[in-house]
Amino acid sequence: MRQEYKKIWKNYAVGMAWLLGLLWPMLGIHPDGTLTFHRTLTVWLYIFAGSLICVLFYITKKSRILSGVTDPLVNGAGKLSDISKALPTSVWMVLLFVFLLVYPLVNGRYAIDVAISVLLYVCLGMGLNIVVGLAGMLDLGYIAFYGVGAYTYALLNVAYGLSFWLCLPLAGCFACIAGCLVGYPTLNMRGDYLAIVTMGFGEITRIVLNNWMSLTNGPNGILGIKPISILIPTFHNTMSFETFWVKKLNVLYYFVLILAVISVIAVTRLRNSRIGRAWESIREDETAAELMGVNTFRYKLLAYAVGAVFAGLAGAFFAARMRFVSPESFTFIESCMVLCMVVLGGMGSIPGIVLGVIVLIALPEVFRQFALYRMLVFGAAMIIIMLFKPDGLIPAKRLKIQAQYEKKGETDTNVS
Amino acid sequence: MSAEPILELKDVHSGYGSIKALKGISLKAYPGEILAIIGANGAGKSTTLMTICGIVHPDQGEIFYKGKKINKIPAQKLPPMGLCQVPEGRRIFPRLTVEENLILGAFYRNDRAGIDKDMEHVYSLFPILKERSRQQGGTLSGGEQQMLALARALMTKPEVLLLDEPSLGLAPIIVQSIFDIIADINKNSDTTIILVEQNANLALQTAQRGYVLETGRITLEDDAESLLNNADIRKAYLGE
Amino acid sequence: MDYFIQQLVNGLTLGGLYALIALGYTMVYGVIFLINFAHGEFFTAGGYIGVIALSYCIAHGYTQTHPFLCLAGAFSLAMIYSAYLAVGVEKIAYLPLRGSRLAVLLSALGMSIFLQNGMMLTQGVMDKAYPGELFEGGFSFGMVTISYLQIMIITMTVLLLFGLNRLVYKTKIGMAMRATAQDKTMSALVAIGSNNIISLTFAIGAGLAAAAGVMVGLYYGSVHYDMGFNLGMKAFCAAVLGGIGNITGAMLGGLIIGLVEVFGAGYISGQYKDVFAFIILIGVLYYRPTGIMGENIDETRV
Repeated sequence: MRQEYKKIWKNYAVGMAWLLGLLWPMLGIHPDGTLTFHRTLTVWLYIFAGSLICVLFYITKKSRILSGVTDPLVNGAGKLSDISKALPTSVWMVLLFVFLLVYPLVNGRYAIDVAISVLLYVCLGMGLNIVVGLAGMLDLGYIAFYGVGAYTYALLNVAYGLSFWLCLPLAGCFACIAGCLVGYPTLNMRGDYLAIVTMGFGEITRIVLNNWMSLTNGPNGILGIKPISILIPTFHNTMSFETFWVKKLNVLYYFVLILAVISVIAVTRLRNSRIGRAWESIREDETAAELMGVNTFRYKLLAYAVGAVFAGLAGAFFAARMRFVSPESFTFIESCMVLCMVVLGGMGSIPGIVLGVIVLIALPEVFRQFALYRMLVFGAAMIIIMLFKPDGLIPAKRLKIQAQYEKKGETDTNVS
Repeated sequence: MSAEPILELKDVHSGYGSIKALKGISLKAYPGEILAIIGANGAGKSTTLMTICGIVHPDQGEIFYKGKKINKIPAQKLPPMGLCQVPEGRRIFPRLTVEENLILGAFYRNDRAGIDKDMEHVYSLFPILKERSRQQGGTLSGGEQQMLALARALMTKPEVLLLDEPSLGLAPIIVQSIFDIIADINKNSDTTIILVEQNANLALQTAQRGYVLETGRITLEDDAESLLNNADIRKAYLGE
Repeated sequence: MDYFIQQLVNGLTLGGLYALIALGYTMVYGVIFLINFAHGEFFTAGGYIGVIALSYCIAHGYTQTHPFLCLAGAFSLAMIYSAYLAVGVEKIAYLPLRGSRLAVLLSALGMSIFLQNGMMLTQGVMDKAYPGELFEGGFSFGMVTISYLQIMIITMTVLLLFGLNRLVYKTKIGMAMRATAQDKTMSALVAIGSNNIISLTFAIGAGLAAAAGVMVGLYYGSVHYDMGFNLGMKAFCAAVLGGIGNITGAMLGGLIIGLVEVFGAGYISGQYKDVFAFIILIGVLYYRPTGIMGENIDETRV
């Protein structure tokens, strides 16, 4: 034990010395030909102090010096989780649902706006989860389908005045076609080759959107997209329909919530279906899956298509909410973000992805006041989460699900 | 046989992750002998060798080499101390040439003259390798690959040589010649050899002493001759 | 014809730079199967150190007296700095996660974001201008102009590539690098410390990228904190095009991507120049799913 701490301290000391050497050339050599140390040392001391606290915290936690304080807390948490387990899952689902319904009523505009982002990204995460988590194909250009969905609605609405509800299935449809177009030539590639080609397709989509001035208005984007409309029957003398534009965020929130709930349910159902098992067999061993009679070509294409549909639908909502689209929203880094949400939360696990989305959307929002340091902290947080939780925040529990199923099967046979 | 063992395991527990393949192994190897470890699939033979070589570190117990405890020494520091393994399945570097494979055997050594001399020596032991010295390792046949793996291990100048299933997947005639060479190496350079084999008959004929390993434990230790004549062993491992 | 030759020279210059960056990707991928997203940032860091060192020299007037010494100093400082950065990054963010492919990929992405913003904070969001007066003029053959800078870049690139090739294919260390890429356990059994070799691989890759960073800075006249992203992405395409993990492939891929980009921009459309690189990539991978010189690596699934 003691040796272990010695090692931690040694590594820490080496790391801090390394950092000092790293900082000085960037901060201490000035173009006017002077060398200073003051600023380097200040920055370094801040980092040193901050990380020292973290290391001390880590060591006290590990060595259980403060076990007298922490143990009751841990026990308390354990009891809480016992209580939570005592209530059936359905109760929790109802509570969660009530919370989601009440949320816009008790929160301000900003919080609802963030919540809508979270829900849209949940939908994206679910779609990507099919491709990466279930079928095991690394996709770095996923955001392109989101873009296809958003531009479908934007263009059809602005040019032809088609309504949102007509465009929504079309957006899904076009995204699906795009998914097949990307999927078809890439199906015989594996692993990282696939990743780079999907990245290429994503970039091509963005560049085309950026340069096809006559259609997409290039980098300036498309303005003046109509929000979602609903027809409400009115009864003045005779029955007629009145168009109601959903401009209020809290109404839009409910629509996006419905989309997110549908996508969560759809992915859960898909995962436990025959198709889901086929995908997972491809992920585990493609050759073996093929030998077992899984038509890998068809299922891989299907994974792309289904994943793309979710992104397309989310994209249409995105366009309706922003009422403006531009290629800037569909860059490679956005694809990476969605991938991060899926992996950070725990690949293949639905609560994990939701948590991952919340962490990655909420974290930058929380740090918004430190605007400059926001992304720095964000990057560091990603590394740290991965270092301590390499399987994600809530890893998928496929085995447990199976065990439950088996148990259920047993009771079923007992009854009969 | 001298009284001091060159390699000694004392109650070693080890394994990969949560699966414990070794549940308390104790064995001794004396300088200059050929020691056979026999056992069925999954008995822990390969894990024993990997634990000695530091690829897997024991959870419990001690390993002594020349009286020095080597439990926690990282794997790459052991070959310079004279401990070398030819792992199961040869594991030559397939996209390096035969010559490069041999040079890497002597990676830690800096005496160019000595390396050249040893190179000549292994080429004289395995003339076929000299013919193929410019060929990539992956293009060799199974028997040639086994020879290359042995030759590469000899380039580390081992005092204790651990061999894991040298007969695996080879034609019987090649197996015989490989074992002849193993016996020669032992005789000529006084190298201690620990031989892990499923082919118990061949292993015990070559070795002086033997251990029988079953599900992570040593169940029997004796002279090779007595083991060969042991009725239980004949029944369990020699198919009689 | 003149136009063609001019484009060819420009394409070769750019291709060489891509090749230098692509090598880092491919070498790292070769030993630990990681797409090192932070590699573009090693390149940017090199560019910054280069401009810092050169500005320092100019302020003291050394460029007047010893121009070549200053340049050599800037190059070597940048390369050493990036190598130093890369080794630390590997130890902190990648080493503890070895064996979990997606986790380390995410860690690399996080590192890229972190370093990019770190550089923005220390160097500012504005472009940093390179002193341009070091390389003025060039040769003219009719309509074709080859600047001294282009000659320097091409010569330097060729030298570095040649040196790397010697190192990897002719020395014992190079052999150990290739052995580590093929089988880490077996390397340990012949006394090769794979962690040291992996650190060395990172250092060499980052050093080459840093050299490219200084040259890009000189070529385009400035460096910017997020330039590593775009160039890095294309260099990565070059690595994949050549067959990732293959050093010769990365050099070839870099040249192809550079030439395609320059010719595409020159003869077809400047706006879509990035598209051509990707289309070539997709086209080649469609017919050769493992790149031009790549071997079939089946274990590289997610």
